[in-house]
Amino acid sequence: MSISHSIAPYYKVMIERDSCKKCKRCTTHCSYGALSYNGERIIADNSKCVACQRCVIMCPAGAIHIIKNESFLPPHGNYTRRIRNAIWAQSGNGGVLLSAAGNDREIRSIFDDLLLDACQVTNPSIDPLRETIETKIFFGRKPSKIDFKRDTMNPNKICLKTEFMPNFEVDMPIMVGHMSLGSISYNAAMAIYQACKELNILAGSGEGGLHPDFYEFGSNIITEVASGRFGVDINYLHNAAGIEIKIGQGAKPGHGGHLPGEKVNSLISQTRMIPKGSDALSPYPHHDVYSIEDLAQLIAALKEATRYKVPIGVKIAAVHNSAPIAVGIVRGGADFLTLDGFRGGTGAAPRIIRDHAGIPIELAIAAVDERLRKENLRDEITLVAGGSIRYSADLIKAIALGADVAMCSMPVLIAMGCRVCQQCFRGLCSWGIATQQEYLVKRLDVDVARNRIINLFHSWNEELKEVLGAMGIDSVESLRSNRDRLRYIGPNPKIAEILGVKHAGE
Amino acid sequence: MYWKNYTSLPKQFRNERVFDGCGISGYMNIDGKRENGKKIIDMITILNDRENGLGAGFAAYGIYPEHHDCYALHFLFDDEPSKSNVLDYLMDVGFIVQSEAIPTKIPPNVDNPPITWRTFFHPQEKKNLSEDEQVLQIVMNINENFEGAFVMSSGKNMGVFKGNGWSHEIAEFYKIQEYKANMWLAHSRFPTNTPGWWGGAHPFNLLNTCVVHNGEITSYGTNKRYLESFGYKCTLHTDTEVIAYLFDLLCRKHEMPIEISSIALAPPLFKEIERFEKNYKIALKNIRATYRSAMLNGPFSIVVGLANPIPTMIGLTDRKKLRPLVIGVSEDDNTIYMSSEEASFRRLMLDPNINFALKEVWHPKSGTAIVATMGRGLSRNGLEKPLEKIELTIEGDN
Repeated sequence: MSISHSIAPYYKVMIERDSCKKCKRCTTHCSYGALSYNGERIIADNSKCVACQRCVIMCPAGAIHIIKNESFLPPHGNYTRRIRNAIWAQSGNGGVLLSAAGNDREIRSIFDDLLLDACQVTNPSIDPLRETIETKIFFGRKPSKIDFKRDTMNPNKICLKTEFMPNFEVDMPIMVGHMSLGSISYNAAMAIYQACKELNILAGSGEGGLHPDFYEFGSNIITEVASGRFGVDINYLHNAAGIEIKIGQGAKPGHGGHLPGEKVNSLISQTRMIPKGSDALSPYPHHDVYSIEDLAQLIAALKEATRYKVPIGVKIAAVHNSAPIAVGIVRGGADFLTLDGFRGGTGAAPRIIRDHAGIPIELAIAAVDERLRKENLRDEITLVAGGSIRYSADLIKAIALGADVAMCSMPVLIAMGCRVCQQCFRGLCSWGIATQQEYLVKRLDVDVARNRIINLFHSWNEELKEVLGAMGIDSVESLRSNRDRLRYIGPNPKIAEILGVKHAGE
Repeated sequence: MYWKNYTSLPKQFRNERVFDGCGISGYMNIDGKRENGKKIIDMITILNDRENGLGAGFAAYGIYPEHHDCYALHFLFDDEPSKSNVLDYLMDVGFIVQSEAIPTKIPPNVDNPPITWRTFFHPQEKKNLSEDEQVLQIVMNINENFEGAFVMSSGKNMGVFKGNGWSHEIAEFYKIQEYKANMWLAHSRFPTNTPGWWGGAHPFNLLNTCVVHNGEITSYGTNKRYLESFGYKCTLHTDTEVIAYLFDLLCRKHEMPIEISSIALAPPLFKEIERFEKNYKIALKNIRATYRSAMLNGPFSIVVGLANPIPTMIGLTDRKKLRPLVIGVSEDDNTIYMSSEEASFRRLMLDPNINFALKEVWHPKSGTAIVATMGRGLSRNGLEKPLEKIELTIEGDN
């Protein structure tokens, strides 16, 4: 790249020279090569800094500060720094820009425009510290009705006639989203699975196969069958609480998974059943699913392979046409349906897709829930919704809009230590989460990470109970689709209309 | 009484739901003996702390023995054109056996009372639709689409009489004392945020199902959307409506035994379910999972009347019993009484003209149904565990 086309870095590493002890600890901790020691002092290459905060936390003298490099471009409201940077990068390397984490554009969050109802006078609120409030849910398909037959001779004899499909009981309406071993490290995956087992909730395996060490957590894992079929064998199918066919992901609708070759070491190569160092690029569509009837066949095949013992579901990215697609999927035999909104996370995705494709999860939940109800299918399936469930408020609102379970990943990563630097695709995660380099992976203490995830979801569930109590509801199933308890305060009444939510004050 | 807003809420209130506190009462004669309305009027009017003159009503079962096989449609009309529109429509979709005014006593100073009307009706025979289903659709259609008309009730050999006033005024207006019924339900009302309207008073009815309700359903949105996917239309701006439709869905459409449907509406806690034995645990968990949207949340006590296949009276409260319900049984075991308060029973004891004595009075457990069936008596007293006394088997399971 010519010098006249280089760009000023985003961040600036400030080192307090008076405090710096020159211990050089920061230079070993910076996995991005931004810090080095020149024999006299620590020097920083600002262009390599990703603001991951590792050096800031690890400096024993507290001498390092990362600040935003503010004043370098002539201002322009339309050609923002973000857009100019993208043009510079592309005219330099001629490639598709990669990115990670979720869509980081400052698009207004609909969740933040929704307010919750609470009881006053006419109905008493419930104190969750004194009374039972239930958050258990059943994951899987339910019949539309249950048939009982009363004995004609003895009216006290009743026979239950309906045969039930497999359901998995979870103690909270929360699920950890699909992050593959490969996108995240062995230690990160281990911490997640241990936490989920302890909490009795579900975690997604992602599409990277299941390492034999994780088989013992199978009863809390939904394994994923994606277009690349990475790691899919009979053990993988049989060591799962449920299986999800991944059609799409919120961060990259219309794309398959991307795992850069940098992250494919021998562990990943074994688990995924691919050569070391090769990019694992899942095909964009499943090449055996070109239409809805093909999907129905794949669902049936997986049900056969698992002897009808576990629920089989389908994940789609939230797109304009999600509602009719969802109906097709349910009619095709899926036991659960996962919707992933446009803010959903990723370990690696083309930035153009991550930032511009798909629709917000709030609208997708509302549209899909409504459409499934019109076809009288809604209560038969479990609807999982993800795509930026950031904290318990989002979870509560997602359920009130119509989801059975809220799925999230980024909060789990943040709980483990992620600083959201969005460099996951490079495999250099200095916190040992989104990397496969052994010296980095070792930095993540599994026990600590596990406990922090347990704490996080425990507190979310308590907050859910607090809100239910304030609403005078003693079980989470009475919150589901209860849009009556939501109000909209955003700027666009059309959104409220699509959500089926009244405006605040109405 | 309020001589306006007969068939719909005033326009400015149509976006709101009516919240209310109420008195509820009911009784049933197990042997089917019909009694006039005197007792039920006394039972409900004594609860006047629970009403504020903005709505009351009565449901009476067994009042039309001469037309017991016809659907008795009880109407409120704003005016003559609304009435003839509906009657023309009924003649298009079925046969009117008899059509007459419901006798009323209109106070002398009232200019514009509602037209109270009843029609004994048969729907046309259809191959793919049961009579009940047809009548249900006709009722939903009239209530949703016919201006100035409201169907108060649509069951066979029963009827609902309701309006916007104190319970004693409504009783007098409809001459409740002159009807003879074997099961009576009554309601008086204390709505909090709208002026009330005649159709919005209780009991709520659909076909033979009648509900009187005290409380507020916090799961209304969930229940409403669940019912809508089965074709019910919740247009009456009150949460009680969903209770009536849920009973209709579970008991009539899904043919669920009462013992089971009351569990679906007010299920035991999961930690209680865990203590049950295998078959019961499977059944209870799957009832909760399958009917998760039918579960009623929030404070309520209800008395429900059903007539198919046998007349049945059910009492039920929410799982935390945030609204009162008390039960009494007459000395001869023949009459089961339910009420918000024991005062209803004590009022009857004061009446020198009837020889009223109760064998037992008790408070049912939270979330536990009391079921009285005509001819059979009290099959559940509200003190049992879920599915107690029921021998439950699972098909194909030995």
